[in-house]
Amino acid sequence: MTLPIDTDVVIVGAGPIGLFAVFELGLYDLKCHLIDILDRPGGQCAELYPEKPIYDIPAWPEITGQALVDRLMEQIAPFKPEFHFNRMVAGFRKLDDGRFEVETDEGELFHTHAVVIAAGGGSFQPKRPPVPGIEAYEGKSVYYSVRRMEQFRGQDLLIVGGGDSALDWTLNLQPIAKSVTLVHRRPDFRAAPDSVNKMFSLNETGGITFKVGQVTGLKGEAGLLSAATIKGPDGEFDIACTRMLPFFGLTMKLGPIGDWGLNLHENLVHVGTEKFETSIPGVFAIGDINWYPGKLKLILSGFHEAALATQAIKRIVHPDQKLVFQYTTSSTSLKKKLGVVG
Amino acid sequence: MTKITIVGFDGTRFDILAENGSTVMENAVRNSVPGIEAECGGACACATCHVYIDDAWTDIVGAPETMEEDMLDFAYDVRPNSRLSCQIKVRDALDGLVVNVPERQA
Repeated sequence: MTLPIDTDVVIVGAGPIGLFAVFELGLYDLKCHLIDILDRPGGQCAELYPEKPIYDIPAWPEITGQALVDRLMEQIAPFKPEFHFNRMVAGFRKLDDGRFEVETDEGELFHTHAVVIAAGGGSFQPKRPPVPGIEAYEGKSVYYSVRRMEQFRGQDLLIVGGGDSALDWTLNLQPIAKSVTLVHRRPDFRAAPDSVNKMFSLNETGGITFKVGQVTGLKGEAGLLSAATIKGPDGEFDIACTRMLPFFGLTMKLGPIGDWGLNLHENLVHVGTEKFETSIPGVFAIGDINWYPGKLKLILSGFHEAALATQAIKRIVHPDQKLVFQYTTSSTSLKKKLGVVG
Repeated sequence: MTKITIVGFDGTRFDILAENGSTVMENAVRNSVPGIEAECGGACACATCHVYIDDAWTDIVGAPETMEEDMLDFAYDVRPNSRLSCQIKVRDALDGLVVNVPERQA
């Protein structure tokens, strides 16, 4: 039994908007825990376009996705947010004392006064390759990530894809698997050159087998794989295998938030524009995940929404305190929180 | 303006007058063509604006550059005529272009 973590606010999503919410909430002494399915902060900015310049961040004529994330991390550092990466929010319920219990897919529990959904386009989840009937094998002999390498010891392993994940796991699992076959649709790879070279030399010495092609079918019973059919440049052939690891990148899905009972508008969370509160009082949604009439999916809109939601959250967490609006330029107490005066 | 046609997976044809220099993806999004998700907004970073170029047009449209070919590794059901529509810029030579939307993007 894990002890629940008590906090003022749980923020679902550590993209730019979730990060900036830490700043706004921090100015009002509200402590935040952030949960994100990725392994680092930044959301889409870090995962989809770290190198892409963004031109519509106020006062930054040009800034890359990763630089924006780095700046935000620097800006919120004084508030010591706590991050929980590689986690998806799974459970959600209201507690008798008016707070919420949020549970991750790894079993951590949070007891929180308010929840801020800043989940952008949803949670990043592995893409499923176009193989008929693959669902029946998922979790039994087809996996989209390696959580424990031991699962693959002594197995005839088929790895599919041409990126770093496919190459890294080919090299890392090769010593413990019974056999490893790597299948990719072309002989070129978009992975670290060193890994590619290692893979090709293993292929030459028989340590692994590399085949050009695409998986078109699976054979097996009761979810347990026995072979995969590959369509290569010279026709179809079968590869005997007991485990398959497809690596086709990530896509965004709304995920379990869709089951919380929130009012949705075409897979987006409906909010009001005064507080950005959802249909469940105490649960807020900001950034690309929300919808209201006139909504624009811009980072700057999300920043604004974070500031307004904070006002409402402060009233929930500290109902007895008078809410005083202050500017960071002139308020000594805010400057102290930011660590810029002694 | 250049006329392009985007055919949805269900066969619905979207005839679009596109500005030269704009991308096929932008025109698909602007005209609410279903099945073009364009999650990354045109950064060649997500492979969710994948289309199949109509056979008559593959030579004129040309082959993808390295970065796009790399990203196509992440697309669903890649074929020899696969392209990412955010990387196809509309130009005079593409007047009459036909592209087809795949069954799904991911």
